[in-house]
Amino acid sequence: MFGVTVSVVQFGGSNCDRDAVRALGHLGVDAERVWHEDGLPDDTEGIVLPGGFSYGDYLRAGAMAARAPIMEEVRDAAADGVPVLGVCNGAQIGSEAGLTPGAFTTNASARFQCEPVHLRVERTDTPWTAAYDEGDVIEVPIAHGEGRFEIGDDAYDDLVADDRVLFRYCDADGNVTDDANPNGSTGNVAGVLGERETVAVLMPHPERATLPDVATSTDGAGILEAFA
Amino acid sequence: MSLSEADHELVVAELGREPTPAERVLFENLWSEHCAYRSSRPLLGAFDSEGDQVVVGPGDDAAVLALPDPDAADTPASDRGADDYGDTYVTFGVESHNHPSYVDPVDGAATGVGGIVRDTMSMGAYPVALLDSLYFGDFDREHSRYLFEGVVDGISHYGNCIGVPTVGGSVAFHDGYEGNPLVNVACVGLTNEDRLVTAEATEPGNKLVLVGNATGRDGLGGASFASEDLGEDAETEDRPAVQVGDPYAEKRLIECNEALVDEDLVLAARDLGAAGLGGASSELVAKGGLGARIELERVHQREPNMSALEILLAESQERMCYEVAPTDVARVEELADRFDLGCSVIGEVTPGNYVCEFEGETVVDVDADFLAEGAPMNDLDSEEPTRPERDLPTGDLSDAFEAVVSAPSTASKRWVYRQYDHEVGTRTARKPGDDAAIMAIREAAEGEALDGTEGGASGDASGTGVGLALSSGANPNWTEVAPYDGARAVALENATNLAAKGATPLAAVDCLNGGNPEKPDVYGGFEGIVDGLADMCSALSTPVVGGNVSLYNDSAAGPIPPTPTLALIGTKRGYDAPSAALDADAADESALLLVGAGGDALGGSEYLAQVGGSDRFPTLPKAPGDLVATLAAIARHDATLATHDVSDGGLAVALAELVTAEAGADVALPDRVAAFDETPGRLVVQTTDPEAVAELAGDVPVFRLGDVTTDGTLALSIEGTAVEATAGEIRELRNVIQRELA
Repeated sequence: MFGVTVSVVQFGGSNCDRDAVRALGHLGVDAERVWHEDGLPDDTEGIVLPGGFSYGDYLRAGAMAARAPIMEEVRDAAADGVPVLGVCNGAQIGSEAGLTPGAFTTNASARFQCEPVHLRVERTDTPWTAAYDEGDVIEVPIAHGEGRFEIGDDAYDDLVADDRVLFRYCDADGNVTDDANPNGSTGNVAGVLGERETVAVLMPHPERATLPDVATSTDGAGILEAFA
Repeated sequence: MSLSEADHELVVAELGREPTPAERVLFENLWSEHCAYRSSRPLLGAFDSEGDQVVVGPGDDAAVLALPDPDAADTPASDRGADDYGDTYVTFGVESHNHPSYVDPVDGAATGVGGIVRDTMSMGAYPVALLDSLYFGDFDREHSRYLFEGVVDGISHYGNCIGVPTVGGSVAFHDGYEGNPLVNVACVGLTNEDRLVTAEATEPGNKLVLVGNATGRDGLGGASFASEDLGEDAETEDRPAVQVGDPYAEKRLIECNEALVDEDLVLAARDLGAAGLGGASSELVAKGGLGARIELERVHQREPNMSALEILLAESQERMCYEVAPTDVARVEELADRFDLGCSVIGEVTPGNYVCEFEGETVVDVDADFLAEGAPMNDLDSEEPTRPERDLPTGDLSDAFEAVVSAPSTASKRWVYRQYDHEVGTRTARKPGDDAAIMAIREAAEGEALDGTEGGASGDASGTGVGLALSSGANPNWTEVAPYDGARAVALENATNLAAKGATPLAAVDCLNGGNPEKPDVYGGFEGIVDGLADMCSALSTPVVGGNVSLYNDSAAGPIPPTPTLALIGTKRGYDAPSAALDADAADESALLLVGAGGDALGGSEYLAQVGGSDRFPTLPKAPGDLVATLAAIARHDATLATHDVSDGGLAVALAELVTAEAGADVALPDRVAAFDETPGRLVVQTTDPEAVAELAGDVPVFRLGDVTTDGTLALSIEGTAVEATAGEIRELRNVIQRELA
């Protein structure tokens, strides 16, 4: 798709940065970790905001990292059309930074949850979902304590009207139900697009569903293949 | 607690004068049971810690093991030669955080994780896996649940935040832990020949550099606190002795440590744990046969007006002490700053005494070796435990089955491990809930970088590196009835967990938990678990390369059962393993087998815990080393579809766990002993080639249990009485912890 060199931004407290690099490397994508204070390298053509606990999540998850100087560069790059993917804590950072609408907050269970979930692919005409067919059900794991997607009613209506929902939590047969909603997200939303379709965030971890030697599902590879 | 009269006299005789207040407190802490193993060291000689795989054995912050090359990873360790090991190393250590977790379950458990992770880092390793073995009072009790929820929350928050997956462990409930829960945490790290660091100071003139959190007045006297019985008012009175962890600082410390090792700046390292800076710095130089001169006011501090004693003893978390060449100090300071960590050059290594100065005054001046190693050993009386008689109740079998399957100790632990990030690091090939976890060590394959960021071998579905299998746990019911045989069974059970996934043992570490050793019956039980673990590990050709002793787990409610947590790692080629669920698609062409000899008694079983009665502990199988190798070979055989070890709850529970919504089992068992006996060293195997299993088994008995069915129902016949449960009913029974605590 993009065929780009990816910078995986490492904040203090990021912990899925190495995993993202490994998964991208497996797909043949040139990726490297970039320490946030060093700024984006000049050759950055794609950006991953990886999972973890940036700044210990001591304020709201992602709130501190969203205000780090490198995020100015990320916003500028995104506005220029550089593909940006936020995963888990990266999704929280992305929404806190205003790259995508809504917010991610404490799970309905009030506990951290690490488990596989099913996602229904809502759109296939984006770089992140071109590998799938519409209505496909993919299995990708989550690992978060603050993944409940929250958004105002009007903004949610706009989101749906603009067709910016990428993935919804569903059961194995693709039914979007309350039982299949792991964290109480509005509309079972698991991932959304930014204003441009080159920007996306999602709570599930595609990098954990890519490597065939360890993963029970490799369904997440299709998302990362956007960078390939 | 203060320095005993006898210890005081020894110190005066060595120094030729009265100790200073700071020295007195240093001796009190470093000579405590927790640090000096005074009551247990005389027993620990029973453990065999040698082997070609052992690079660093007991005594350092963590043990270091060489991994076999992938081609030799399936071979039992006893059949390998020194050439079979490569230069990819794993570190392995275990620690208890029992008393702190009682007083403050969230922070107590969290700092236990932090401490064992830093032990890993100080060997130059990157932490890749955690295991937690937890023990609480009866699940029905409010207070047990409070502690259980708090401990799991503490481990979850800290471990998840620092990005180290918690991939296994155990949880047991027993009324003996009512006043004294146990939190035993093991950590595995990854390093190699070039990156290895030890805690042995190398040369006078080198600088001692403290990196990490600022030092405050937290956790004062933690080591001596850990070496006393818990008082009835411990929850309020001892709270200041519990430290509070900061996982965000720990994560930055992990990354900083990695950068320091990358640039080869660390000559020796020790993390600051029990007895704080005084403990870490004196042990570091003592191990190198050297001394130190430390200026305590140079330590970066969080609070004003701290005294020398407080700076020396505080157990503030997330701190490391490094020996650094003078020319490298500036670079270490730069890297600490990059990760936003405090850094102070506190002194240097010397050829003389261990000396601490504070504001121009010498507050400590002692021989480092005497301080670290001089504690006298205790010679304690012990009493042999008694053997119970057989008194087996005859109640309703269906009720008994339901009670055993839904007992919190045997039931599903999904509520626990769902709260742990068990996948971060993308190495977890077999997850919690299975018999053993398997981590992909791709670095052990040819041409892989240690940081695992090269694509390479991850493309192959089964993996070309070494699969590192992990298991930890102990069963308090077993060791309460029979300390010695129960501990042997604990070791065999962990090895059977590995074998169920096709792996052979590489090395073990242990956490030996006991009550007050000054009580002869308690010490007798403790002796039993030490000897039992040691003997079974020797029989399994598995070196015990490190461990931890936690005594004085005693409260107004009495002593805990002697609890020998064993953490075991093993290896296999590749990361694949048979499932722990029956395969319905192959129901018609497969056989359901039990491999391994059943026991002959129910002592220590969950069945007796549920229905009452007593019995002696079962006889354990002979030649356990060969048995485990045989079981592992059967698990690896191509025709093997599913495997599950028989342990807590016996065959009845093992079969219940194997059943799925699609696949059931139809099995007849002669009696209750056959259904509920917990003798380890046995596997249930679903295979399409029973002849091959029989051939691999050789002398090991193989029984045909019955058939795999396609109705998703477990249909048992015990003594001719039918006991049935559908997969849905079993799931509901096993879901007790989730249902109660959701």
